[in-house]
Amino acid sequence: MFLGLYNYWIVVVLMMIGFYIVIAHGNLIKKLVGLTIFQTSVFIFYISMAKVNGGTAPIVGDGIEIYSNPLPHVLILTAIVVGIATTALGLALTVRIKEAYGSIEEEEIQKKDNSTC
Amino acid sequence: MLSGIYGLLSASFFVAMDAVDVAFTEASVGAGISTLLMFLAITMTERRDHSVRHKPWLALIVVVVTGALLIYGTLDMPYFGSADAPIHVHVAPRYINDSMQEIGVINLVTSVLGSYRAFDTFGEVVVIFTAGVGVLALLSVSRRPENDAKIDALNVSMHEQHLILRIVIKILIPFILLFALYVQFHGDYGPGGGFQAGVIFAAAVILYSMLFGLSTARRVINQPLTQFIAALGVLLYGSVGVVSLLNGGNFFDYNVLSDDPVAGQHLGILLIEAGVGLTVASVMIIIFFNFQGRKEYGQGQAKGDV
Amino acid sequence: MAAPLCLLFRHSRAAWLFALIASGTALVISILLLQQVLATGLISYALGGWQAPWGIEYRIDTLNAFLLLIISSLSTVVLLAADTSISKEIPKEKHSLFYVLYLLSLTGMLGIVATGDAFNVFVFLEISSLSAYALIALGSDRRALWASYQYLIMGTIGATFILIGIGLMYQMTGTLNMHDLSNRLPEVAQTRTVFTAFAFVIVGVCLKLALFPLHLWLPNAYAYAPSIVTAFFAATATKVAIYLLIRFTYSVFGFSFSFTALPLQLLFVVLGVLGIFVASSAAIYQSNVKHLFAYSSIAQIGYMIVGFSISTVAGLTATLLHLFNHALMKGALFLALAAVMHRIGSVQLSALKGLGREMPLTMAAIVAGGLSLIGVPLTVGFVSKWYLVLALLENGWWPVAMLILLGSLLAIVYVWRIVEVAYFQPRVGPGELSKDSVREAPLAFLVPIWLLVIANVYFGIDTRLSVEVAQTASESLFGLSQ
Repeated sequence: MFLGLYNYWIVVVLMMIGFYIVIAHGNLIKKLVGLTIFQTSVFIFYISMAKVNGGTAPIVGDGIEIYSNPLPHVLILTAIVVGIATTALGLALTVRIKEAYGSIEEEEIQKKDNSTC
Repeated sequence: MLSGIYGLLSASFFVAMDAVDVAFTEASVGAGISTLLMFLAITMTERRDHSVRHKPWLALIVVVVTGALLIYGTLDMPYFGSADAPIHVHVAPRYINDSMQEIGVINLVTSVLGSYRAFDTFGEVVVIFTAGVGVLALLSVSRRPENDAKIDALNVSMHEQHLILRIVIKILIPFILLFALYVQFHGDYGPGGGFQAGVIFAAAVILYSMLFGLSTARRVINQPLTQFIAALGVLLYGSVGVVSLLNGGNFFDYNVLSDDPVAGQHLGILLIEAGVGLTVASVMIIIFFNFQGRKEYGQGQAKGDV
Repeated sequence: MAAPLCLLFRHSRAAWLFALIASGTALVISILLLQQVLATGLISYALGGWQAPWGIEYRIDTLNAFLLLIISSLSTVVLLAADTSISKEIPKEKHSLFYVLYLLSLTGMLGIVATGDAFNVFVFLEISSLSAYALIALGSDRRALWASYQYLIMGTIGATFILIGIGLMYQMTGTLNMHDLSNRLPEVAQTRTVFTAFAFVIVGVCLKLALFPLHLWLPNAYAYAPSIVTAFFAATATKVAIYLLIRFTYSVFGFSFSFTALPLQLLFVVLGVLGIFVASSAAIYQSNVKHLFAYSSIAQIGYMIVGFSISTVAGLTATLLHLFNHALMKGALFLALAAVMHRIGSVQLSALKGLGREMPLTMAAIVAGGLSLIGVPLTVGFVSKWYLVLALLENGWWPVAMLILLGSLLAIVYVWRIVEVAYFQPRVGPGELSKDSVREAPLAFLVPIWLLVIANVYFGIDTRLSVEVAQTASESLFGLSQ
């Protein structure tokens, strides 16, 4: 019975790795890397849902009966775009933070903020 | 670098899962664009990593709890790959069985993307557009000529070292552009479509500008033009919707675009894919140019200071 | 219905419009939406001509229409002042980008509220939040960047949680349409997967909502964003999140499931009350007035959550009323602060000394908004608190009602601090150095501010319209779920 779910569990592990990096890391770029991993694992989760045993890619051809479910694919296409958009914006922010604070370490930034307050 | 490999790995995973379209996108985005951006950002900030993991235990607890909840949630899931899971019997069969008659596009992903859920895709284009505008708002620098001269000098010294690379790339670029166009218009039949094509197209331009310097590339493709094209793409997409509205259908109802519903659908999907392609390509270029521009600006200033 | 919305985003980027045209468009939209409210009944619009579970539909009932009206009207009023306000706070060449982002953000929020498709919610959520990050980062202080980055991380985690939740729901039911989901979820309601989905959606939304323990991103984001952006977000953004919370718990998962699967009632009452107290006390110790009101926003969210957790028609009515009323007060307050910022370039409490005489109209507006926050009779704040307390008593939760009244006392304290400084202390500091006294805010500020203040008082006296709408909305929600 557990074989039927192993795929999801791997996804969960991946997800949590990403999530951990986001929370625990102090380096802003690494946080974003973690965020990307977190999001990608969600993509994998959706795509795993769509898989049908013995099915093929959802492109209609002769003599093919079983297709994977195209809907999650579409959703994930959209989600990937959203993901890259977020990453790009986050990186842009990081660059600006670096210019403004001279650092991309969370703690140093916090320290500088506190001293100016 | 690792994240690039990660992107490629997940792309190949998607192929194994029969999601070719997604794999294509992930390959170009995860392994290409996002890695590139990461690199740029890292070089612009700092390489050294002296970060401390603060409160690791708290974070670990949160993560473990969330993970446990998810594992708990998976227990009642339908098994991986089973064909009678709810998602395969409720909405999706309509797409698989009827879309050939209703839309007539072989690639089901394209038909769902372009027509059934056209509004989501519209949202997606708007998201990428937002990102472009956001990056522009954050990073754009007003360029001053004297800086440009310094940057040019910097570039020339840098680029003479890569003679062979430059020639190879010069030969490659037309093919990449052609390939992008192929992907753009082939989306109806195979994996591909506006988004992937846009990314590939942008990749060609980015390659060029990496090797020949930003100002050279800017001479070919200037900033206002890309901004204009980005807006144009979104507009094109939106106006397809409006035109179908004017023709008496609902928003994004392509059936009314032509006498024959199937032809109308074709036309609609073709147009919106073009819109997607335009926006994505130009936004990617905007993002890259602004990152790079910011970087060179910083370097130019540093040199000026010395 | 869909068309005017989409026309809005089309136009907004077509020509990098300037403030006037943009707000004009938004105004037209809001009027159209008002008519939509009046034409009662459920309206469903299938985008692309595909029927609901296959295509995406817009589904408007009283709740949505109410929310759409709040958002669009507030954004229009705020935009009236935008031109003058950003002229000082944002560099010239970025003005057009600012408007594009502003409209994108508005688009996202309207889209979230209007759509009837769970995944579409995610997409629009990202539109509004991406533009929000960029808008906040436009703030002149470098701390704005950091605040925006924190918001980006938190917001993206929240959105991804929602995405996971939606994925799980989809997996169990095979549909993404909210109405369809609500029909099909009861069949599988007992499964652990649906439980997990519910938990993830709730946590995700609460992150966006800045509910008490997850609120850390909010004060900084509000405080360092350009003033006009703060006014806009304070009046609308959290409202959208509350809407999502209500929509998911009541419509999608169904009332009975939502309140039995988790000890949600208890959880939310405790968090709500804690939020009121912690945030109000934090507000008392702020030296930056923007920070002060940001914390007060978190406290107000606490009130809404308490009303939500009562889970009766009366409680929900109170929440919706407070939603509307809070938008009015915070809109007025933050706009007034924007005016102060415009004139004296600071919103530190110490900079406000004696401002009651220099900018009487602006400060009077702040006082009026503050009174409304406290819940003095004849203001909207009184109306919603009155309904909230009534709903609590109806359920016999009098300890909670007492606590809420105590919370209002805290509000008196922090509002009084401003009043004291502004009216009872002599003018010193930056204004004196520059010799010429600070003038009253320009008309572009005064008109929208006083529009909102008058609305504050009007809806405080004549409660028929707002109460009626809120009541119908909450009744229809309970009708749906039973």
